[in-house]
Amino acid sequence: MRKVAVAGIGFTKVGEPWERNIKELFAEAALGALKDAAHTEIDQLYVANMMGAHLQGQIGMGAMMAEAIGRPGLPAVRIEAGQASGGVAFNEGVKSVASGLSDWVLVGGVEKMSDLLPESVTTALVGVEDQEYTAYTGVTKTGLSAILHRLYSHEYGATPEEIGWFAARSHDNAVGVAHAQYAFKLSIERVMTSPMEADPIRMMECAAVADGAAAILLGPAEKETTGIEVAASTVATDHLSLASRKHPLILEAVKKAAAKAYEIAKVKPKDIDVLEVTDDTTIDGVLSLEDLGFAEKGRGAKMVAQGATARTGEIPTNNFGGLKARGNPIGATGLYQIAETVIQLRGKAGANQIPDAKIGLAQSMAGVGSTCSVSILRRV
Amino acid sequence: MSVPRYWREEKSRYRLMGEECIKCSAKYYPKTPVCDCGSTEFKPYKLAETGRVQSWTVIRNAPLGYERFTPYVVALIELDDGVHILSQVVDVEPEAVKTGIKVEYAFRKVTEDGQAGLLQYGYKFRPVVE
Repeated sequence: MRKVAVAGIGFTKVGEPWERNIKELFAEAALGALKDAAHTEIDQLYVANMMGAHLQGQIGMGAMMAEAIGRPGLPAVRIEAGQASGGVAFNEGVKSVASGLSDWVLVGGVEKMSDLLPESVTTALVGVEDQEYTAYTGVTKTGLSAILHRLYSHEYGATPEEIGWFAARSHDNAVGVAHAQYAFKLSIERVMTSPMEADPIRMMECAAVADGAAAILLGPAEKETTGIEVAASTVATDHLSLASRKHPLILEAVKKAAAKAYEIAKVKPKDIDVLEVTDDTTIDGVLSLEDLGFAEKGRGAKMVAQGATARTGEIPTNNFGGLKARGNPIGATGLYQIAETVIQLRGKAGANQIPDAKIGLAQSMAGVGSTCSVSILRRV
Repeated sequence: MSVPRYWREEKSRYRLMGEECIKCSAKYYPKTPVCDCGSTEFKPYKLAETGRVQSWTVIRNAPLGYERFTPYVVALIELDDGVHILSQVVDVEPEAVKTGIKVEYAFRKVTEDGQAGLLQYGYKFRPVVE
């Protein structure tokens, strides 16, 4: 297997650009990655997208995006793995380069959620769950996280405020970030006094509807010498339903993907300098932190509340605002996480720079953990 | 919702029918083509109709088709036979639901496909009145 390197990154500002369609968003990110790489060659295109089939009625996005970036004819396919689509598409790209089948692979993700009313987006988001026995109950993605939130407090004695801190911490890091959807501080008081979304989860604990696109150009390390290598890229899955899992508070897919990634990269959680985790809701972030190995089970919320994940803490997390504040344009989110990790490893994060960041980890997760991808990047 | 798609789940939704693996006795709800042990042989298994609320939420912003029921409770329930099921809990104010309360199966309308579409029935749970 060949070593794989990141040649370029690109992304749009996350927001609700009503005047722009999915092709324009995708092209901006993709062309941005090519420009960043000062490179025009592409052998393969992967398009990460979760909900285009529901929100725009659009499938066949591989061919569509190849055309949108002025490269009709490219081998191209859409990768869908729920909210983990971005991370899983990255994994496909890494495999394609590592195998030697392709040299230059463009992995782009896009989601345009602002085209429809909230209840339609809610319906599309719960599309990642079993339609006949989970979505059928009328539960939402946030509702499933809320069931875990309550269980977590019950089992480990964490307070809602300790869990709520995850949102406040993410917002702290988004201040001044040009591509963030909500580049402002959010106090823990405002988090905890916001209306209930799905009890006990409050509205300000949830990522919002967002549009955006992000792209990464990958290449073989022997030809690409910009210095950021993919040390590991893994994917794992779990039983879809919380009702089918032995211990709902343990995200097995996260544990499995992480264990394998650490083994491949020959690193341990303590070696990671910068971390991007899935904080679709606060509790998703807390559980991810624990199952990635950065906190003991049941201790994650307390650690976040005490500042361990802050920029000056022991494990700086979601350094540009995470899903909550940078924003969560679903299919693109996993690629934003990876692009932001690259920025940190290049030392180009400006006010958000974590000093001497050398190894970064990005975790992308679908639903309440049915699919998880873990990517470890390293400056060489 | 197509009629066959609704019809083929009727038994499990109306009567809480799952399956039990003949080899390792693992119980599945809903049924699955292959057991985690690798076996593909199952026999019908009727779930317990009572259990306890393990955790729950209140849905305030619902998906399409469920808007007029808000706010409603969805719970993770541990049935008396150890099987877990996700279900709405009804006949109770959301504020009165607590972890550990005893609940029982109830046959209810779940949703409907617009004004002229299929009325969908199935299970919900409700607190047991001692």
